[in-house]
Amino acid sequence: MPVRIGVVVVPGSNCDRDTIHALAAAGAEPVVLWHEQASLDGVAAVILPGGFAYGDYLRAGVIARFSPVMRAVGAFAVGGGLVLGICNGFQVLAEAGLVPGALLRNRGLRFLGRDVTIAAERLDTPFTHALAAAGRPLRMPIAHGEGCFYADDPTLDDLERDGGVLFSYVDADGTRPADDDRATNPNGSLRAIAGVIDQRGTVAGLMPHPERAADAILGSEDGAGIIRSLVDSAARAANGSPVALGAR
Amino acid sequence: MTVAERRTEPAEPLHRRLGLTDDELDAIRDRLAGREPNELELAMFSVMWSEHCSYKSSRPLLRTLPTAGQGVVAGPGENAGVISIGDGLAVAFKIESHNHPSAVEPYQGAATGVGGILRDIFTMGARPIAVLDALRFGDPADARTRHLVDGVVGGVGGYGNCVGVPTVGGELVFDPSYGGNPLVNVMAIGLMEERLLTLAAAPGPGNLIVLFGSTTGRDGIGGASVLASATFTDDETSGRWLAGASPRPSVGRPPARSKRPSVQVGDPFAEKLLIEASLELIERGLVEGLQDLGAGGITCATSETADRAGTGILVDLDAIPRREPDMEPFEVMISESQERMCAAIRPDRSDAVREVCERWGLPVAVIGRVTDDGDIAVVSAGSEIARVPARALTSDAIVHDRVATAPQHRRAAPAPGVPLDPSDRLPERGMDPGAVLLRLLGSPNLASRRAVFERYDSTVGSDTVVGPGRGAAVLRIKGTTKALVATTDGNQAVGSLDPYLGAASSVAEATRNVAITGARPLGVTNCLNYGDPTRPEAFWQLREGVRGLGDACRALGLPVTGGNVSLYNESQAGAIAPTPEIGVVGLLDDVTRLVGPAFVAVDDVVLLVGEATPGLSGSAYAALAGTAVEDGPPALDLAREAALQGWIRDAIGRGLVASAQDVSGGGLAVALAEGAMWGEIGARLRVATTTSPAVELFGESPSRLVVTARPRFAPALALLARQHGLPVEELGIVGGDRLVIELVGAGATGASEERGSRIADALDVPVRDLRHAWDHGLGRALGWEADA
Repeated sequence: MPVRIGVVVVPGSNCDRDTIHALAAAGAEPVVLWHEQASLDGVAAVILPGGFAYGDYLRAGVIARFSPVMRAVGAFAVGGGLVLGICNGFQVLAEAGLVPGALLRNRGLRFLGRDVTIAAERLDTPFTHALAAAGRPLRMPIAHGEGCFYADDPTLDDLERDGGVLFSYVDADGTRPADDDRATNPNGSLRAIAGVIDQRGTVAGLMPHPERAADAILGSEDGAGIIRSLVDSAARAANGSPVALGAR
Repeated sequence: MTVAERRTEPAEPLHRRLGLTDDELDAIRDRLAGREPNELELAMFSVMWSEHCSYKSSRPLLRTLPTAGQGVVAGPGENAGVISIGDGLAVAFKIESHNHPSAVEPYQGAATGVGGILRDIFTMGARPIAVLDALRFGDPADARTRHLVDGVVGGVGGYGNCVGVPTVGGELVFDPSYGGNPLVNVMAIGLMEERLLTLAAAPGPGNLIVLFGSTTGRDGIGGASVLASATFTDDETSGRWLAGASPRPSVGRPPARSKRPSVQVGDPFAEKLLIEASLELIERGLVEGLQDLGAGGITCATSETADRAGTGILVDLDAIPRREPDMEPFEVMISESQERMCAAIRPDRSDAVREVCERWGLPVAVIGRVTDDGDIAVVSAGSEIARVPARALTSDAIVHDRVATAPQHRRAAPAPGVPLDPSDRLPERGMDPGAVLLRLLGSPNLASRRAVFERYDSTVGSDTVVGPGRGAAVLRIKGTTKALVATTDGNQAVGSLDPYLGAASSVAEATRNVAITGARPLGVTNCLNYGDPTRPEAFWQLREGVRGLGDACRALGLPVTGGNVSLYNESQAGAIAPTPEIGVVGLLDDVTRLVGPAFVAVDDVVLLVGEATPGLSGSAYAALAGTAVEDGPPALDLAREAALQGWIRDAIGRGLVASAQDVSGGGLAVALAEGAMWGEIGARLRVATTTSPAVELFGESPSRLVVTARPRFAPALALLARQHGLPVEELGIVGGDRLVIELVGAGATGASEERGSRIADALDVPVRDLRHAWDHGLGRALGWEADA
């Protein structure tokens, strides 16, 4: 039986349908979790998809964190449930304090929609274990105005030391960019961080869109490995197996 | 208040202040059986009889267009054209202008342009899956142009990104004629189950009229009549409105001095909710008819839906949810507040409709009911305050028989080759063609559009196979092997020389761009941007444009499924170049067989198919060269064009083609350079020169393709072309890291120098240099990046 994975839909979500499509293609049963519901309907994992939650006129994710479903997602996360935030979903997780750091406006102060290459810094997590090799550049789109990852220096040091960095922007050869390399790190994220994972190793967020790079016809299947990792991990969780492969 | 206003205003009768002529007032009395309209009724007529809503100048011309075609489910007159694509699916598409609002307030003007065209799509029952924006501005070095570009691009992105519809293509053209009057044309495409087709009609007397979405406010009062249907004067676009608050409007006192309050304000979040709620209402079969509220607001939505169904509507003015107090009845009836929808529903479904709207957080109200008297009647506080036959406002609106006069010296006029920047002018002779090519690739109209389109989300929806910047956009259709292919093209350079040819060439180019992917064009939507129709020369340009559009569509066997006419595109600086913007959607049966413009592999053979005619007028080269080029625009043979498109689809279907690119802006050399840059591989080529090197390399004769093929397929490809009656020339092979073009033949050497050609005999440029020039040209032209 396919594993049930929740996709949170708040007014303004606009990558929910793409995420549902990618999950179904990876063999999961996507379950819509409406923003007003207080229960997660027993799903084995949750994705917070991209979009402009509640319009995001104030600051990305700042309203969504107060929605009833987010209270349930918070409790689920604290209890060790698998949660992945993509783009706006990452912003919501950061606003909710479920992952470290904050997402500021892009350094260039403009929305950016383009392909980037990122590298998984760890392969021992529920979100990356199906990827082929650490450090191999993965190509997928970004599309955001507020994607500049920010944290204070001690937090950044901790993240880098303790394996809190899940994805980094890299160039096509897999090399970490210089600080001012906007071709590689277009939003100016500190330490070129594209995605992070919490200390428990079960809640992660990233700005790029794996669900838009999960099909060869779209030019890249690199995102499918992330989706597959989550589906596989969720299936294990549903069977009562441990999912936090590499808690830090 | 200016002196002039103080002098004229008290004497000016109400109808004139609303933009209606004396003749039109007489015609209104006629429609009301001789009765004098009251102020509210006159306001309703003023918006509905505006050029924008009534098409009163263009309707007789538009009737000449071909509208029948294979699979057409809905055509002109509906909110969008709909064409069946098999598997129970249909595609809805339309293009529309938002030129004048964007000139006044570029961000909101462009944003609401996107919002309006998206509503036209989902009103039909289709989920919007793509936006293409065709933008035209004046000199990119001009500060006002830069302000407009930044605002318009921001508005398109700000709206489209938030609603989650990818912006996948379009155009960005700079030409001095748009300096005072930019063009913002937006095309939207939707995908639907054919069974869910919903029409904009209000059938069934007794049914309820429901308004849902945003509340109604004072924004956009008179947008259709005051703003969209008149020529700009300097004051109105200069930003001087900042100096003082606008006076509170009353009937006949729309905020005319500053047109800013007439621009609508967009809320993409509300639109996103409106999309979901509308599609859910349709999916659940809860609506009998659906209409969005755009120009003309509630007046337009009620009169059009009633007229289409042969019914009337009684509007309860007091039931309309407002966002501000003390609104006058006319303000409520003609407000163009955005993100509103109007549905005709059965009374027993009102609870279900309310539940859907409220779940999406949208205000909803029953604001009237369908009647059988054919009138739009408005009641407030128990009394009837207006009653007008619905058809008098719409299908029986006034039609003007405008005078068309061809300009006397149109052929002798200098080419529209005034360079955007005089320093871009080519030197008189002996210029290296490689240097010319680099200048062309870096010129504002041919350089990479990336600096603009990366401000758009082009991949949301996860259907974008080919996004902006590489010819036609390609969107896969999930659950099938199919893809939709879409493009917009408009050729104002040829149009300003010959408006008939400009329109026909635009259709040819747009359909060609779809055909070279292997797709079959399905239909045409068009946005006709012209000047003041009361000027005989401008109306002649429109008439010629429509004639060219119709002839080209008939020759290519394509229906025109809808569109939009934007007139009065004039400013103190003069009229815009006639600009027919053509949107085409095509269907590719097997997306895995998609062919692109980029060179593919070493040793592939490069073929040029089609025939050049001499001529450089209207070309990018002419623009760079200044006014020296005075030959006519390249001729277009529509039968040859149809043969070419038939051939390339046939050839791609047989698997013979590796890449295909059409020869358009910048000519053959630019088409070859694009193949090389995008394929990241060079080519070594020879071009036979019969005229002059400039014509051979940079002439823009239509109906030509650069095609590459594996060596073993090249003979079959060439043979197939000849069978289609097309001349074929083998230019050379793909390979290396340089683009090398040798010119050979009679016109190649000193002889051409004697005849005034400015370029030498060979072109040899590293692909890397082509790419560099192309990558940075636009950012530099707009001052977004420093000269390097």
